[in-house]
Amino acid sequence: MLPALIAALPFLGALLPGLMIRAGRNACAIATGSVTALALLGLMLHAPAVIGGEVILARFEWLPALGLNAHFMLDGLGLLFAGLILGIGLLIIIYARFYLSAEDPMGQFYTYLMLFQGAMVGIVLSDNILLLLIFWELTSLSSFLLIGYWKHLPEGRQGARMALTVTGMGGLAMIAGMLILGNIAGSYDLSVILTKGEEIRASEWYLPALILILAGCFTKSAQFPFHFWLPHAMAAPTPVSAYLHSATMVKAGLFLMARMWPVLSGTPEWFYIVATTGAVTMLIGAKIALFKDDLKAVLAFSTVSHLGLVTMLLGLGTKAAAIVAVFHIINHASFKAALFMAAGIVDHEAHTRDIRRLGGLRRLMPVTFAITLIAALSMAGIPPLNGFLSKEMMLEEALHTPWAGMAWVFPLLVVSAALLSVASSLRLNVHVFMGPERTDYPHHPHDPGFGMWAAPAFLALLVVMIGLFPMTFAGDIVAATSRAVTGEAVEVKIYHWHGLTAALYASVAAVVGGALVLGLHGPLGRLWLALPRPEAKAIFDAVVGAAAGVARALSEGIHDGALSRYLAIFTVGVLGLGFWAFAGGVHLPGMRMPLEAGPVAWVGWALLATCSVLVAVLHRARIVALVLIGVVGLVVSLGFVYLSAPDLALTQLSVEVVTIILLLLALNFLPKRTPAESGGARRLRDALIALLAGLGTAALAFALMLRDFGLPTISDYHLANSKTGGGGTNVVNVILVDFRGYDTFGEIIVLGIAGLVIFALTEALFAGPAGRRLLGWRADAPKAGDRHPMMLVVAARVLLPISIMVGIYIFLRGHNEPGGGFIAGLVVAIALLMQYIASGSAWTEARQRIDYHAFIGVGVVIAGATGIGAWFATRPFLTSNFGYFRIPPFEKFELATAMAFDLGVFLTVIGAVMLTLASLTRIALRAGTTVNAAPMDADPSAAPASEARG
Amino acid sequence: MELLVASAIGVMTASGIYLILRLRAFPVILGLSMLTYAVNTFLFVTGRLVVNRPPILSPEAAGYTDPLPQALVLTAIVISFGMTAVTVMMALGAFLETGDDRIEMTGEDEGEDEGTAGDGARAPEDAR
Repeated sequence: MLPALIAALPFLGALLPGLMIRAGRNACAIATGSVTALALLGLMLHAPAVIGGEVILARFEWLPALGLNAHFMLDGLGLLFAGLILGIGLLIIIYARFYLSAEDPMGQFYTYLMLFQGAMVGIVLSDNILLLLIFWELTSLSSFLLIGYWKHLPEGRQGARMALTVTGMGGLAMIAGMLILGNIAGSYDLSVILTKGEEIRASEWYLPALILILAGCFTKSAQFPFHFWLPHAMAAPTPVSAYLHSATMVKAGLFLMARMWPVLSGTPEWFYIVATTGAVTMLIGAKIALFKDDLKAVLAFSTVSHLGLVTMLLGLGTKAAAIVAVFHIINHASFKAALFMAAGIVDHEAHTRDIRRLGGLRRLMPVTFAITLIAALSMAGIPPLNGFLSKEMMLEEALHTPWAGMAWVFPLLVVSAALLSVASSLRLNVHVFMGPERTDYPHHPHDPGFGMWAAPAFLALLVVMIGLFPMTFAGDIVAATSRAVTGEAVEVKIYHWHGLTAALYASVAAVVGGALVLGLHGPLGRLWLALPRPEAKAIFDAVVGAAAGVARALSEGIHDGALSRYLAIFTVGVLGLGFWAFAGGVHLPGMRMPLEAGPVAWVGWALLATCSVLVAVLHRARIVALVLIGVVGLVVSLGFVYLSAPDLALTQLSVEVVTIILLLLALNFLPKRTPAESGGARRLRDALIALLAGLGTAALAFALMLRDFGLPTISDYHLANSKTGGGGTNVVNVILVDFRGYDTFGEIIVLGIAGLVIFALTEALFAGPAGRRLLGWRADAPKAGDRHPMMLVVAARVLLPISIMVGIYIFLRGHNEPGGGFIAGLVVAIALLMQYIASGSAWTEARQRIDYHAFIGVGVVIAGATGIGAWFATRPFLTSNFGYFRIPPFEKFELATAMAFDLGVFLTVIGAVMLTLASLTRIALRAGTTVNAAPMDADPSAAPASEARG
Repeated sequence: MELLVASAIGVMTASGIYLILRLRAFPVILGLSMLTYAVNTFLFVTGRLVVNRPPILSPEAAGYTDPLPQALVLTAIVISFGMTAVTVMMALGAFLETGDDRIEMTGEDEGEDEGTAGDGARAPEDAR
């Protein structure tokens, strides 16, 4: 099975639980478990080859230009971790089936779990660090869902949020670190990076990359001072704690440090940051674990301590220490997951996991006791269990490593941590299971069914087997993994008896001291409670609260609900940035020869400038302002004509007409005057901002126009290929319907949506208070006497066929001469609007056969179908084609597929414009505008009859 | 000519900015329209000013202006109509719902929320 498929299987499997839960909880668990089992099987099939030294690769190009590729790699390290993730994952799936109660949505749980599993497998099998980052973030997100699985518990939600914040921030730092690393190595592929260790360590960017990557690892693996999230994440259901917080996710940081070991380790920076953090974490975790009373909190802090242990070993930077680290990862995963599950069983059966309320469970729950005893003794490092082996080896490494020339630092730290760890491990047995049986358990406990203890029992068995026969059960995988971590072949020898070494004495001291400390647990606990200690959650909440407060103050200071305020801030901000960029930039002098301006240009300019100023000055009189703005629009379109842009002129002109009609119709219902509200100072301020903005824009435009293009433009390509490639001589139109057809397609969709939004808004208005207000509407201005003057009606009707013909003509010639779908659509829309104005909406709509919605729909569909048509000629979407045809007696003419596309544009424009204006008409009708029964105010056909009568 | 066009863009921008800083919906819409003119013209002149050389291919033509900004501006003009229409409709809707075309939502608005929470719909003031 390809490594990529192994990573993909859990993701595919995440779809199953949601479906299978309908068939019952067993079916759901079996389906989920089989997917994991299948992935595990696929992995195991590779195991012999990988242990033999092979590296299995699977490579798919994804975004090669960014160096982001779906490259997967399976080596010893990947095999170990993927095996842990899938193997323990399988056990957890079985355990969770019995742990979750009937009220818990099991389908959701398994879906989240599988998502998490896929992300974890993805991390350990990625050969591309960018891909690894994606999976890394996915584990943060899916673990958020898992921790907060019991949504009704506030601790669950807060714990999930805290975990996401801490690991998410670490992940962000790591993205930066990975990008730097990839930059130094010149590739984002791990297999390349791993060969460039020398180069990377010598780079001046080594330290920033190291710190950023370690920030990611330390937050994920709960290293001091980021350890505080892990205990809070224990609000999750126990299967989650056992899976994420002992066996897998918290090991992701360790995995990455191991993965990067050949590249990043071996420097003093690495040693001091990683080994020190690890040793400190180890001690602090062990110390807190001893004094917690919640079973899961004890396990959580002891996990923190053991993660610190592995981190320290990796930090030592020697090959031997790396081997021990790998071995301890296996051992810790086995005994800690077993302990978590056992703690879950106790909680499940006794309805409490508070150590103070437990004790004497030995006889009531013999199986659970046996499992806990084995696992806890292994954790304490009692021979011959597997925990003893790795702890012994760890002590051997740590005792002989000086720290900054001081030989006593590591021995002191690790021996006291080991001592405390022994004490808390023993405490799990002594305070929970030993002692007299009690009568006041919240629920009378007994051993659960086989299904629930099968998984931890299996792990406990593993603890014993690895302990007794380490080389048989773990030798090969440790060797293969260590080879992958160190990059060289290593010889692994694990045995129980090393002789009377310092490590042995330290180990004995730790066990004896641990037992003594446990004996003194009562007084020590009281001392612990009496001493002040920082409460991580309070600090975290205070920091988050402060950050949120600053953010809120900032956003509310800027966005206080006054549009004018933020537009002013925005304008000033843009001006400032523009000025800053201008002042800091390099400028060439303007070399382009200015054009002469004729008298016509001066007249146009004067008209435009005057009207623009007047709009601002006279804006309170809304109708006057509308007239003035219309003049501005007209001068702009004349400017387009003058400056060689006939298509723009036509478009601007027709859009101007419909915009002004639209605003007039709206003004029918809005107040006709704007009241004077802002004072003189406010107006002065606004005028100043406006003046500066105007000056800035003018200066920018002027500077731009006096300079030639810095680089050759792509327009030359368009000009050269318009006729030969697009079959049209109007280059603007060919760009719209051909070269940039995809853009245009998007644009007509937007336009169509705008039309539909307006229609929907009208519907919504009618349903609300606006609808009631409209029903009682009284017009605020007297209406003109003639609603539909005969001259206008007749002229509009005569003009209708002519304007439609003009529209069609503009449409047809658009490919070669100024015109095209946009302009033709607007012209035809104006022709139709004329009928509304002249004869009234009732008359017009009675003659309208097709809905405007249909115009929009059909237009978009035609444009889309034209684009899809290119597929049948095995060309990309919207590739155009054209040809010349001759049908006697006509002359030769051209047909282009772009024309069909332009037809779509044409129809959409008509539909959108008409739907907009028809919506305003509907508002008018709702407000009680008189509907004319006859087409005109005076009926010409009735006139002769009345004369005859008279 | 360049100076004329540049100053025209400046004047339209200034007028537009002044209008969008007003407190009622209608002048803001007018301001947006003015800004639309200014921005479209600015985009258009990035192709530099050329007289009598429309981008219509013909054997007699002495040369062509830059067609690309024209194509971009053409769609921009049409889209800005669509956007103006949506804004107008929203302004109209807000006016019809509340009897007021103020656009500031400070202070009084919060009070209104409380009122809505307390006693259901706010009694609509008459628009007139």
